[in-house]
Amino acid sequence: MTGQPTIEVRNLRTHFFTKAGVVKAVDDVSFSVAKGRILGLVGESGSGKSVTGFSIMGLVDPPGRVVGGEILFQGRDLARLPEEEMRRIRGARIAMIFQDPMMTLNPVLRIDTQMIETVLAHERVSEAEARRRARAALVQVGIPSPDERLRAYPHQFSGGMRQRVAIAIALLHRPELIIADEPTTALDVTIQGQILFEVQKLCRESGTSLIWITHDLSVIAGLADEICVMYAGRIVEKGTVDEVLDHPLHPYTRGLIGSVPSRNVRGRPLAQIPGMTPSLLNLPPGCAFRARCPRASEACLVEPGITTPLPGREVRCFHPHLETVPA
Amino acid sequence: MTVYLIRRLMQSALVVLAMTVILFLGVYAIGDPVEILISPEADQMERERAIAALGLDRPLWEQYVAFLGNALRGDLGRSFVFNEPALKLILQKMPATLELALAATVFAIVLGLPLGLIAGLKPEALYSRVIMAGSILGFSLPTFWVGLMLIMVFAVQLGWLPSTGRGPTAEFLGVQWSFLTADGLRYLIMPALNLSLFKISLVIRLTRAGVRETVLMDYVKFARAKGLSQNRVIFVHVLKNILIPVVTVTALEFGSTIAFSVVTESVFAWPGMGKLIIDSIYVLDRPVIVAYLMIIVFMFIVLNFTVDVLYSVLDPRVRLQDQKA
Repeated sequence: MTGQPTIEVRNLRTHFFTKAGVVKAVDDVSFSVAKGRILGLVGESGSGKSVTGFSIMGLVDPPGRVVGGEILFQGRDLARLPEEEMRRIRGARIAMIFQDPMMTLNPVLRIDTQMIETVLAHERVSEAEARRRARAALVQVGIPSPDERLRAYPHQFSGGMRQRVAIAIALLHRPELIIADEPTTALDVTIQGQILFEVQKLCRESGTSLIWITHDLSVIAGLADEICVMYAGRIVEKGTVDEVLDHPLHPYTRGLIGSVPSRNVRGRPLAQIPGMTPSLLNLPPGCAFRARCPRASEACLVEPGITTPLPGREVRCFHPHLETVPA
Repeated sequence: MTVYLIRRLMQSALVVLAMTVILFLGVYAIGDPVEILISPEADQMERERAIAALGLDRPLWEQYVAFLGNALRGDLGRSFVFNEPALKLILQKMPATLELALAATVFAIVLGLPLGLIAGLKPEALYSRVIMAGSILGFSLPTFWVGLMLIMVFAVQLGWLPSTGRGPTAEFLGVQWSFLTADGLRYLIMPALNLSLFKISLVIRLTRAGVRETVLMDYVKFARAKGLSQNRVIFVHVLKNILIPVVTVTALEFGSTIAFSVVTESVFAWPGMGKLIIDSIYVLDRPVIVAYLMIIVFMFIVLNFTVDVLYSVLDPRVRLQDQKA
């Protein structure tokens, strides 16, 4: 089932060197995704999940920089690849889908221009052939009358349609890995369901691995195979999606699951995690969650390492909720 | 689209009409040409005859109606001084000014766009700071002073370029142009550069601001995520978005370049409309002043109209709104 992973991230550190100090947006993050599997990367805004995605793509803008760790993609370390080689991988072998479909397509260029240039950036084919592939990709993501749609401008599409176009662009070169950065957050629930279904189907059919970045646990529950929960630039819990969601070990994961409104009883105040995400600027030593954690103790003043209290479960906590896990 | 065009044309006509009223009143208020045109020794009879001949004895509104009627027939009055149709006088001088303004616009784009792009892509670099400091100078140094300095350096001290006049011209489409002869081109360079200094600075700042705003957009990051080369991202995805404000401002500025070429033309003795209007203002040659200002108004309206049409070519989102209108 597992075999050679499509991508393996080891001890990734991406820091932003601002005037106010160093922001450790991603600090010692490790995970891997096997062929055809879907990894859910979950966390609040500012937890470093998007920066993790951009680090893999080699698209971290200054003052940010990957300062440590390895990003092994089929045996090659992307973090140390020259820009031109990285460019050849981007969009062809690893594709990315962005959060806001209203902003990802260039408003002044036609859809065909934006699709054909993607084909031609990686392959020497005729423009007619590139157009044919663009059309096929639109059909694949379920866009009706593709010939007409190719000649249209982004503003003539709805949000859901634009996201389909973005997905079609990501699929043009049949990448081994797709990084989806909250691609359904800005969409209606019905459209969200359709897109999730399409993506799941495409991954299963083509064996594409997927990293799905989101703050929405309900999306992850139905989609992902494995899940990584991020907090303040670190992965705090990792495991298969069923185990983590049914028996969360980390107090933060527990709080996150408890915050999903549908799990609360009507009329009662909604459950929430007290406090706010800490500023990543000059983060104090120790567990970053301890100020908001009901289980925090003296021990938490020291940074907890990753432990494996149960087979296949990783957690970064001194006081995991082991009592809830059935023996 | 047709409805939109018709509506725009009607609006333009109203603007022209309003401008004629303002112009006529304004010019009427600034002084009595009789004092300048008629010799002080003339007796009362001669004065009254001259005033009647110029039509200045009639009430203001009658003068205005007569002017409007003539203007509709393409007659903007006869110059008091040259006794020739004012329009003809100005049109004779127009090609020289147009050539100067066009050359200045070319300078502004050819120099301003790349410099602005450089300054926008690497805002922290030393050369970007130098470019921006230079653009502040371009904005704030007075044109006449820069013109004099240019003459002093390039004409007087180095002797590379001629300082005054238009030089030899060649005919093209029935009009005389300087840029068609090698020597004429030498005469054109300095005045055009002087006139374009403000515009270059403007284009630099506009481009830089546009680049800095655009590179942060998601679609630029997405374009990079597609694996496009850096050149493709900058020259297609970024530049095409920036061109919208740059084209607008450059085209609108073309009107002011023509209107304000007065100073440059005076400094370099360039025989254009600007020189003519200054001379006409000295002697209160009303018909020429009014005709000149009417032409400028007309030019601005045409430019605005052209910009709107260009806009719809550059920005597909505008096209849709036109169809709805």
